[in-house]
Amino acid sequence: MDQLMIAGRQFNSRLLVGTGKFASNQAMVAAMEHSGSEIVTVALRRVDIDNPEDSLLSHIDSERYLLLPNTSGARDAEEAVRLARLARAAGCEPWIKLEVTPDPYYLLPDPIETLKAAEILVKDGFVVLPYMPADPVLAKHLEEAGTATVMPLGAPIGTNRGVRTRDLIAIIIEQSSIPVIVDAGLGAPSHAAEAMEMGADAVLVNTALADTPNPAAMAQAFRKGVEAGREAYLAGLGTQRQQAEASSPLTGFLRNE
Amino acid sequence: MQLIINGKTKEYQEPLTVLHLLQQLDLSPERVVVELNRHILSPDEHNSTELKSDDTIELVQFVGGG
Repeated sequence: MDQLMIAGRQFNSRLLVGTGKFASNQAMVAAMEHSGSEIVTVALRRVDIDNPEDSLLSHIDSERYLLLPNTSGARDAEEAVRLARLARAAGCEPWIKLEVTPDPYYLLPDPIETLKAAEILVKDGFVVLPYMPADPVLAKHLEEAGTATVMPLGAPIGTNRGVRTRDLIAIIIEQSSIPVIVDAGLGAPSHAAEAMEMGADAVLVNTALADTPNPAAMAQAFRKGVEAGREAYLAGLGTQRQQAEASSPLTGFLRNE
Repeated sequence: MQLIINGKTKEYQEPLTVLHLLQQLDLSPERVVVELNRHILSPDEHNSTELKSDDTIELVQFVGGG
């Protein structure tokens, strides 16, 4: 597959995976390995000081994966910037998946606070990958603010409903000169393939891998879906038509017409 | 002295550096980010930073997330 380039850095895989909600760290690691992914997202949380847990990082090979911390839990730009700076202080590269989701029911990204935070973080030297509503105008604003990608949602986080925002994502892809990563809501390899066939540069998946009895097998299926979709996009899809167009010759010997 | 650590009020003996606090809590300094009174500490400040009464400390670490 052709390489994905984000902020001057090359990646062989076009599938990014999240590390949340897996039944065990073993299941998470197996999913990461089978996905072929080179970028994995993580979140920041308070340590439970009365009951400290094993660190997630001891399970993730930092040579193999670029750690992409997110700002999940942030409800406004200020909280997102604070989380981003904490993540950078943890010794990560200054890459950040910007998420500002004030609404707890649909976890939809706040366009205004996301743009505000993006402007601050870009000036502060971060490589910013913003989770965003599938809004082509916002995508242009984020690009102008200097974000490395845009990450429009297919459907709300964790819903497994697929590329419900298809027509808007198509416009974002058409207009964007930075990579478009479809994030959130992709529940099946066919959803990932659909986004890639449309020309998305990459997809990010978490719940669909964690929310299955066999994360490793599902991760491999998503890997194939992403690869198939990308190859189909590069090959060029056939034209859609209303009327049939025979693929076998219909003329022949059965009757005289 | 009283410290507010991740929203919980705790009693500690002075003197106490940030590094000693992490050791007492059994936390590995490489795995935890420390914010002291809303100011992020770099790891090389852990040993040189003395805590004082009523300091507010946030200790955060990476967990799974999408």
